[in-house]
Amino acid sequence: MSNHRSDAWISTEQLQENFAEVNSPLSTTHAVKESNRCLFCYDAPCIQACPTGIDIPSFIKKIASGNLKGSAVTIMDANPVGASCARVCPTEELCEGACVLNGESEPIMIGDLQRYATDWAIRNEQVLFEAGPSTSKHIAIVGSGPAGLAAARELARFGHQVTIFEADDEPGGLNRYGIVSFRLPVDIVKWEIDQIVNMGVTIRTNTAVGKDISPEELREQFDSIIIAVGMGSVPELHMEGEDASGVYDAVDFVRSTKDGTFSRNLAGKRVAVIGAGNTAVDAATCSTRLGAEHVSIVYRRTKNEMTAYPFEFEFAKQDGIAFQWLTSPVKIEKNDHGEVSGLECVQMELGEADQDGRQRPVPIQNSNFMMDVDVVIRAIGQERLQDTIAMFGLEHTDGVVTVDASYAASEPNHFAVGDVVFGSGQGEAMVVSAAEQGKQAAYTIHQQLSAGTQAAG
Amino acid sequence: MADLTTNVAGIRSPNPFWLASAPPTNSGYQVQRAFEAGWGGAVWKTMGDPILNVSSRFSAVSFGGNQVAGFNNIELISDRPLEVNLREIEETKRLYPEHAIIGSLMVEPDRDKWHEIVKRVEAAGVDGLELNFGCPHGMAERGMGSASGQVPELVRQQTAWVKEVARTPVIVKLTPNITDITFTAKAAVEGGADAVSMINTINSLSGVDLDSWNTIPNVDGKGAHGGYCGPAVKPIALNMVGECARTPGIDVPISGMGGVSSWQEAAEFMLMGASNVQVCTAAMHHGFRIVEDMIDGLSNYMDEKGLASLDQLIGQTVPKYSDWGDLDLTYRVAAKINNDVCINCNKCYIACEDTSHQCIDMLKDEDGNDILRVREDDCVGCNLCSIVCPVDGAIDMVEVARKVGDEPMTWNERQQLMANAGSNQ
Ligand SMILES: Cc1cc2nc3c(=O)[nH]c(=O)nc-3n(C[C@H](O)[C@H](O)[C@H](O)COP(=O)(O)OP(=O)(O)OC[C@H]3O[C@@H](n4cnc5c(N)ncnc54)[C@H](O)[C@@H]3O)c2cc1C
Ligand SMILES: Cc1cc2nc3c(=O)[nH]c(=O)nc-3n(C[C@H](O)[C@H](O)[C@H](O)COP(=O)(O)O)c2cc1C
Ligand code: SF4
Repeated sequence: MSNHRSDAWISTEQLQENFAEVNSPLSTTHAVKESNRCLFCYDAPCIQACPTGIDIPSFIKKIASGNLKGSAVTIMDANPVGASCARVCPTEELCEGACVLNGESEPIMIGDLQRYATDWAIRNEQVLFEAGPSTSKHIAIVGSGPAGLAAARELARFGHQVTIFEADDEPGGLNRYGIVSFRLPVDIVKWEIDQIVNMGVTIRTNTAVGKDISPEELREQFDSIIIAVGMGSVPELHMEGEDASGVYDAVDFVRSTKDGTFSRNLAGKRVAVIGAGNTAVDAATCSTRLGAEHVSIVYRRTKNEMTAYPFEFEFAKQDGIAFQWLTSPVKIEKNDHGEVSGLECVQMELGEADQDGRQRPVPIQNSNFMMDVDVVIRAIGQERLQDTIAMFGLEHTDGVVTVDASYAASEPNHFAVGDVVFGSGQGEAMVVSAAEQGKQAAYTIHQQLSAGTQAAG
Repeated sequence: MADLTTNVAGIRSPNPFWLASAPPTNSGYQVQRAFEAGWGGAVWKTMGDPILNVSSRFSAVSFGGNQVAGFNNIELISDRPLEVNLREIEETKRLYPEHAIIGSLMVEPDRDKWHEIVKRVEAAGVDGLELNFGCPHGMAERGMGSASGQVPELVRQQTAWVKEVARTPVIVKLTPNITDITFTAKAAVEGGADAVSMINTINSLSGVDLDSWNTIPNVDGKGAHGGYCGPAVKPIALNMVGECARTPGIDVPISGMGGVSSWQEAAEFMLMGASNVQVCTAAMHHGFRIVEDMIDGLSNYMDEKGLASLDQLIGQTVPKYSDWGDLDLTYRVAAKINNDVCINCNKCYIACEDTSHQCIDMLKDEDGNDILRVREDDCVGCNLCSIVCPVDGAIDMVEVARKVGDEPMTWNERQQLMANAGSNQ
């Protein structure tokens, strides 16, 4: 077994087509019909189910009345990344799951309507928010993912001076480089960032805190600091053959489809993705779109335990992804060129429940078998940015920063939001929760700073 | 942001959205909640001599999945003691000095009774009065409401009595249960009305229960006609506002109502000459919170149109509203079907084929796909196909050239021409 299919080829045009947004927008007719179907509930359960508390019946009513600007404002007011969320939120688990029409008929297509209204704002180049009258307070935000951006937008609305430090080339965090472009096109993320930059927020890209600027410098120059650095790379599998070429980190791998390079050519290849969360599904569906001939998701438990959402599972199946349940990799085979040539796996069965209540998978003796693959992508979660957290001297549990209900961390005037405070065993991290935490930290900071000003004056 | 402040015959409010005199304005608690939600003004539930109400009172006409396409009621005026209403008006006005409170009044056609109630209600601090000559049931059987409102002389007389003592602006609320509303509107103006409002409810019976054969609604098996309002009455109300706005001699502001459910109908009423709008059914259907989109939507619309204040909107369509005899007989539009948008439901085809002018053909294009095409020469431009089409943008009504040799000509001009030709012979 070897890279016998390496002569296969896929054109740039084809790649661009493969990575274009999959879901089509609602037509005007559909959007108006659907919005009129909304019951306009009072004290609506969908609002409670949205982590950012968007007034959903109100934005839908505004679509029905033709007030699309008002609709977009209602959405973006509560959720500074509301256009992205319209596309990436697991709505079945959130707003749409709470719709009272579930079981009666079909839940309202809240995500699609949210997209309809925000698309309108994007297409019509609307400027929805303005910065508040300037205060002389300076706030540093480390990381420009959804958590950092949401905090920045709210702080700017209060008139504070916000600087975001971003290690990467472009702002946006995982919205920019992580979530696959066929679900979240880069243009949408850019529009949300432009809205925030237009409010006077400074984003210093290619500036890693700890390398290009120190925590001490931030403490000297800013009244408060928000740490919104997200998580790190995918951990190693710690198995023989992991150094082979053709073994990728899923987050890096997805990134290569979003930075314009499409540097990973998978034309004709056979791929195994290890893990069964959002990231695994994204890596697998990217692989098919990069021309892979066959893609399997290899997971040591069963469909019931996977953390990917049912809609993601459906999507993967439609993409022709095979699922190898109760299968655990043990060794990566290499050929003479140091390339992946196969994956040795062992069959598992579910044993006793562990601490978090999930049944622990245990290997079945003598069940080892070989998978014929030339690419292995590990998608078994993300590492914690322990160094960064230590650098700020923040208390944490296994790299999850400790915060109180207002997202204040252990150091004075330090706050932490987003994936950096996302604990394990809570299912999947979400953009919408990161955004809400950013907002909440901004409100706490604003309250503290205004109280300080009053005391001083 | 556009300036939405409103002035109706001297009654000022922060925005043009008033709650109409009806259950939503029954008490101080409700009106205060409404002002808190953003309503610019409220016409208090009609006050007069105490009455007794029945149970049940309301019914709705549901249509095509819409719960409240039309709304019917057999409720009378306020059933609370006048002193209580006046105390709450006073308190509400004190708490919300910027919002408009208009006292709606109805008494028997008696000069002294009118004088007395006007004085008492004005003493509570209202910003204006609205005379209810419109309620079509119950009160009418006692010679009040629409029984007065259908007789121009009674409208003129009672308005004049009110004007003898009133110190605040007087709005006369008209009934639509009349052949030509401009007659009673003129009578109100002759009596000294500072403004007119329309429409009150239209005589109606919502339905019959097909199991019990009772009317809907009914009171222990017996029914009586009620008053109809809500989205279904908008076109009737809009025409009445337009007719009053364009008729000489009715040169007072109009407060428009009847089926206003969102900012869009509000803008339509104002374009048609209303200085503001009143709302009842939509608030009863959804609660006071609907005013938020009314204000926001109207404001965004005005910004988009570059309008700074409501006077740039009010009445703009009135000059475009005239008589049929003034319409150009040779002007033509024709339907154009956009097959790339069309979903081939063929509703336009069957509507035209069975009930209009048989000018849509069902064809196949070069690739064998079904397409629909209008024979422009046969199309009379009636709009029916575009009305029944369920898809936005699939059928456009486009202007086409006049028929060869045709010049612009209205019916009235044509009659004139023929009369001239006749007299020249
Ligand atoms: C492949 C993938 C798919 C996903 N799909 C979904 C989905 O469909 N729906 C959903 O809701 N969620 C999804 N998520 C999760 C979601 O993307 C995250 O929960 C969310 O982005 C977290 O936001 P954040 O702002 O905390 O962190 P991030 O988005 O990770 O942003 C952190 C930023 O901080 C920067 N940074 C880090 N360290 C430093 C430093 N020292 N100095 C300066 N800058 C620094 C990083 O460069 C990065 O830009 C997905 C995640 C992945 C990996
Ligand atoms: C239940 C009910 C009670 C009403 N009572 C009064 C009233 O006391 N006085 C009055 O002037 N109009 C009354 N009206 C009429 C409304 O003020 C208004 O003119 C009418 O409902 C049209 O507006 P709409 O379509 O927004 O409901 C009543 C309407 C309803 C539905
Ligand atoms: S709304 Fe229902 S509960 Fe309230 S008074 Fe009417 S019938 Fe009674």
